Amino acid sequence: MSSASQAMPKKKNLLPKMAMAGPVSLWMILFVTIPLMYIIFISFMSRGVFGDVLYKPTTESYTTILDPTYFKVIVKSLQAAGITTLLCILIGYPFAYIIARKPKDVAAKMITLLMIPFWTNSLMRLNAWLLLFQTSGPVNNFLVNFGFVDKPIGFIYTDELVMIGLITNMLPFAVLPLYSTIEKLEKSLLEASADLGADAKTTFMKVTLPITFPGIFSAIILVFIPSLGIYTVTDMLGGGKVMYIGNIIKNQFGAIRNWPLGAALSVLLIVITMLLIFIYTRFAKIEDMEVV
Amino acid sequence: MNNSIITLEGVVKRFGSNVVVKNLNLEVAQGEFLTLLGPSGCGKTTTLRMIAGFEEASEGTIKVEGERVEDKEPFQRNVNTVFQNYALFPHMTVFNNIAYGLTIKKVPKAEINERVTEMLRMVQMEPYAKRKPDELSGGQKQRVAIARALVNRPKVLLLDEPLGALDLKLRKQMQIELKRLQKKLGITFIYVTHDQEEALTMSDRIAVMHDGILEQLDSPTEIYEHPKTRFVAGFIGESNIFDGKVVAKEGDVLTVETAEGNLQVIGPDFAVGEEMHVSIRPEYLEVSTSPVAGFTLEGKIKDFIYQGSVVKTAVDLNGGMEVKYSRFEQDNSVSEGEKVYVCWKPEKAVAIKKFDQGAV
Ligand SMILES: Nc1ncnc2c1ncn2[C@@H]1O[C@H](COP(=O)(O)OP(=O)(O)O)[C@@H](O)[C@H]1O
Ligand SMILES: [Mg+2]
Repeated sequence: MSSASQAMPKKKNLLPKMAMAGPVSLWMILFVTIPLMYIIFISFMSRGVFGDVLYKPTTESYTTILDPTYFKVIVKSLQAAGITTLLCILIGYPFAYIIARKPKDVAAKMITLLMIPFWTNSLMRLNAWLLLFQTSGPVNNFLVNFGFVDKPIGFIYTDELVMIGLITNMLPFAVLPLYSTIEKLEKSLLEASADLGADAKTTFMKVTLPITFPGIFSAIILVFIPSLGIYTVTDMLGGGKVMYIGNIIKNQFGAIRNWPLGAALSVLLIVITMLLIFIYTRFAKIEDMEVV
Repeated sequence: MNNSIITLEGVVKRFGSNVVVKNLNLEVAQGEFLTLLGPSGCGKTTTLRMIAGFEEASEGTIKVEGERVEDKEPFQRNVNTVFQNYALFPHMTVFNNIAYGLTIKKVPKAEINERVTEMLRMVQMEPYAKRKPDELSGGQKQRVAIARALVNRPKVLLLDEPLGALDLKLRKQMQIELKRLQKKLGITFIYVTHDQEEALTMSDRIAVMHDGILEQLDSPTEIYEHPKTRFVAGFIGESNIFDGKVVAKEGDVLTVETAEGNLQVIGPDFAVGEEMHVSIRPEYLEVSTSPVAGFTLEGKIKDFIYQGSVVKTAVDLNGGMEVKYSRFEQDNSVSEGEKVYVCWKPEKAVAIKKFDQGAV
């Protein structure tokens, strides 16, 4: 009797939940799971002579990835994404800290300022960068006219400019999750630490940093994953000379028409992403996922 | 005071144009349990934070053991604080929370272990050493917060409404535990609360604050029985307070004219014509069905309020003021709506000087 009455409400509650989850699940299956499966499927197929996909199973694409030419690009991309992430966090953390310690209304304004470039069209922004830094652009004109350098510096189409472009592009993704965890850090914890004899540096290392770690990890994921796959920044600021994994994938699906190889590289990116998220869920509590 | 451990001299604190603490002078004796008592917003927390070093005094000096500390950072002062919201480190176990101060001071591991274990035992939290703060109840968090501060053996422990978040029963129990702990360790406690009953129960001395002003600094008995200001009389316990003017003085007995009528009180330091306040506790207020010499307070019985250990009777005076008296049992000699004369023994009432705003 009692067990039946306990089971009843459960059954009743399940239906609305299913009704709500249903469309979402359907959406996910149609637009995420199926395309993903298709990518994995293609990555194990062969390339036809005319760039079509031949449905003949092979692991050829995966062996190609290990080929030094591709492998170097993969390592270089991982490196670039890693450095971008590191710098975004090193710059973003103090930035987020300062914002979080401002009164709420000032903080909101600062966040908006941070987001404005992010809301502008990225192609426009990148073109502006090119104009600024090109050989006869304002930056070089300034440097030459004021005697800082003898002749214009070749900023554009270099790894360094790509890096700067990546960092400025990704910085908001680091600042936002950092801000949201630092903002939740209670001031009284810092005071308690000082009260117990810790100076500012010790308090930072022993209290602030560990408590805001979930924010740091969110920032890592939010910056690292897109920087690894992004190709607009590298394409435009690198002028096609600087090749990252994102550009190669894009080219395989586009100009070169080697879909299986592009798919295999995509699978590699997905695996790296899943690995990171797996580590994240192991180390941070599930509730902190909302930041991502 | 020659054994004073904390001295505040002429301390003023301003936030912008808002003066939150006004010319505060306070000496706290070694081993004393001193309570800062006052309504919310009167500047208690601010005062405590100035002693701890989290706020800088706008004027005046603060000394710990005779040494000025204004230029010392919180971590350089030999006082520890128990925060109102506990402020336990969420990422550390109970053990590591308590060990924090000792770890910072690079106390040897073995000694840390020993002292933390001793503290855990003292606050009866030994079984919880490995837990994180979110796995503890409010009362347990409170114990950890106290242990975390006490393990450093501070000269002075500052406590900001440490029991504020606990339910009544647990609060009463912790009040007694804390008081015993303080006696046993002989550490000076400066305790902030807005709960007058808590202050009366625990303190050696109470500093009653109001609007940033120290109104009275005395023992609980003195505060209760001889309030020096109208505010203290009203804030500590329940009291009936009359405002009036001395119209006659015979020996030490004053006859005071108020809006409700005349009344009597003992007041050697008062002169005829002086404006003043008179406070009478409910337990001393009496009613009579016939007029009483020296008193012309008349009213009607309003209602009886049962409060468990006492029954209060409310009386509406003719001038519009309501007074209350309390007895252990309901007063059956009168009934609701009955006309009565209010009086008391003049020595039971307290004569209070009228002060100009701001002066004490
Ligand atoms: N950091 C601050 N900035 C401005 N005003 C403050 C600040 N801290 C406290 N106050 C003001 O000072 C007054 C006293 O506060 P507080 O010392 O916290 O009172 P209590 O602890 O007695 O309730 C309040 O009016 C409060 O608004
Ligand atoms: Mg307070």
